[in-house]
Amino acid sequence: MDGHLTAPAGPRLWTRPRLIKQAWLRWAIILCAVLYLVLAIGSVEVNWTRVSEGLVRAARLFAGFLQPDFISRWSDIQQGLIESLTMTVCATVFGVILALPIGLGAARNVAPTWLYGICRAIIAVARAFQEIIVAILFVAMFGFGTFAGFLTLSLSTIGFLSKLIADDIEEIDESQVEAIRSTGGGFWQVIDYAVASQVMPRLAGLIAYKFDINFRESSVIGIVGAGGIGATLNTALDRYEFDSAAAILLIIIGIVMLCEYASGWIRKRMA
Amino acid sequence: MAVLQGEDGARGWRLLTMEQRRWRWFGWFALVAVTVLSWRVMTQDTIWAFISDAPRQAQDIFGRMLPPRWSYMDRLWQPLWDTINIATLGTLIAIVIATPLAFLAARNTTPSVLFVRPVVLFIIVASRSINALIWGLLLVAVLGPGVLAGIIAIALRSIGFIGKLLYEAIEEIDETQVEAIRATGAHPAQVMSYGIWPQILPAFATIGVFRWDINIRESTVLGLVGAGGLGLALESSLNTLAWPQVSLILLIILGTVVLSEWLTARVRKAII
Repeated sequence: MDGHLTAPAGPRLWTRPRLIKQAWLRWAIILCAVLYLVLAIGSVEVNWTRVSEGLVRAARLFAGFLQPDFISRWSDIQQGLIESLTMTVCATVFGVILALPIGLGAARNVAPTWLYGICRAIIAVARAFQEIIVAILFVAMFGFGTFAGFLTLSLSTIGFLSKLIADDIEEIDESQVEAIRSTGGGFWQVIDYAVASQVMPRLAGLIAYKFDINFRESSVIGIVGAGGIGATLNTALDRYEFDSAAAILLIIIGIVMLCEYASGWIRKRMA
Repeated sequence: MAVLQGEDGARGWRLLTMEQRRWRWFGWFALVAVTVLSWRVMTQDTIWAFISDAPRQAQDIFGRMLPPRWSYMDRLWQPLWDTINIATLGTLIAIVIATPLAFLAARNTTPSVLFVRPVVLFIIVASRSINALIWGLLLVAVLGPGVLAGIIAIALRSIGFIGKLLYEAIEEIDETQVEAIRATGAHPAQVMSYGIWPQILPAFATIGVFRWDINIRESTVLGLVGAGGLGLALESSLNTLAWPQVSLILLIILGTVVLSEWLTARVRKAII
C-alpha cells in the first residue's frame, strides 16, 4: 500500500490510502452529498397525525402475521395462486422458446450483421420498461386478466434471457466451433455440438432463475389488473383484511423460497 | 457420452447413454404436459374477442399517446425530484441497516453460527422475496400515501438484496490479512477497520450503486400504489385516460432510467 510518509526527520507515520486521492475532489463530493441530503430530507413531507393513526394499523398488520387467516378467503387465494403459477409456467416456456432464436441472432459471432442489429433492437425494446408498466399497457390492450399478465412475463423473459444467451454465446471457446466445422459440420451441427453444449449448463440455471423471478413478478402485476395472486393481495389490503393479506404474503414468501432453493439446486447441478 | 454397440455389431458414438436419453425424454414429456395443462387452466376465463381485438386497441392507444403533451412537464419536476429522493434515501437507509446484518450473517464474522446467523438469513430472505411494490402497498395502508411510504418500501426491499451480496463478499475475504492485523495485538474493532473493511470496500460501493440503479427503476412505479413519485402522476393520468400525459411520463421514466444506468456505469468504472 502506498501510504503517506512524513519528512524523514520526525517519526515515520502511516495513514490509510484514501478512496479518492485528490483532497479538493473528496471535499467537493462530501459537500455536494451533504447539501443534497439536507434538501432531500427537507422535501419529504410527513403527516405525523396520519402516521400515528397508522401505527394502530401496523399493530394489526403485525398481529395478522402472527395469526394469518388462510381460511376465510381460501377460495380467492387458491384462485390467485393457480393463476400466478400457470401464468409463470406458460410465460417462462413461451419466453424461452422465443428467446432462444433471438439470443442466437443477437450473438455477433454466429449471426450476420443485419440479423444482429434486428435482434439487439428487439432485446433493447423488451428491456426498456419494467414489468409493471408493460402490464399496464397490455391490460389496456388485451383487457383484464391472466392473458395480459402472461404476455407481460413472456416479454420480460425474452428481454432477460435473449441478452444473457447472446452474451454467453459471444464468449464461447471458438476452437470447439472450429473443430466441428473442420469435420464438415453444417451450421446447425455447429450450433448443436459446439455452441449449445458450451452454453447449455449455464442456460439451464438462468431459466430456473428466471422462473423464480417470473413468479415474484406475477405476484405484483396483479395490482394493475393482470391477474394472479397480486390481485387477491390488493383486494385484501383494500378491505383492510390484514390477516388474509398476511396469509397471502406468507404463501408468496414460501413459494419464492422454494423456487429459490430449487433454482439454486439446478444451477449447482448444471454448473 | 457413450459408445454404443448397434445390433449389427457396429460401434457408434452418442452424446447420451440409453438411460440418460430415457430420462431426458421423460423430462421433456413432463414439461410439455405441465405447459399444456397450465395453458388450459390459464386461458379458461380468457375472452378471446378481446384478444383478437388487441391490435386495433393498440393502434387506438398509440394514436392517442402521440404526440406527448410537453406542457405537462411543468408539473412533473416535483414528482421526478421525489422519485430520485425515494431511491437515494431508501438506498442509504438500507445500507445503514444491511451492513451490520451482513456482518451478523457472514460465517466468518457472525457471533453465533447456530443462533444469530439463521435469524438474520431469514430476515434477508423475507425482505428479498417481497417486491418493493408490495412493500409499498403495505406501507401505504399503514402510513398513508406519500413519499415516506415509498422511501421505507425501497429500504425494506433493498436490505435483503444488499445484505445478501455483502455477506457473500465478507465470506470471500482473504483471512490471512485479518490474521496479520490480529497478530499485531489489535482490538476486534481495529481488526474490523484495518483487516476486513478495506477488503470489502470495493464490493460495498459497487453493491450500493448497483442497488441505487435498480431502486431508481422501482421508485418510478412505486406511485402506482400511492407511494409518491412519478408513478403517482402516471396513475392519475391513466385514471383520467390522459394518454398524451402517459406517454410523456413514460418518456421521462425511460430517460431517468437510462441516465441512472449511465451514471452507475461511470461510478462503477471509477471504483474498480
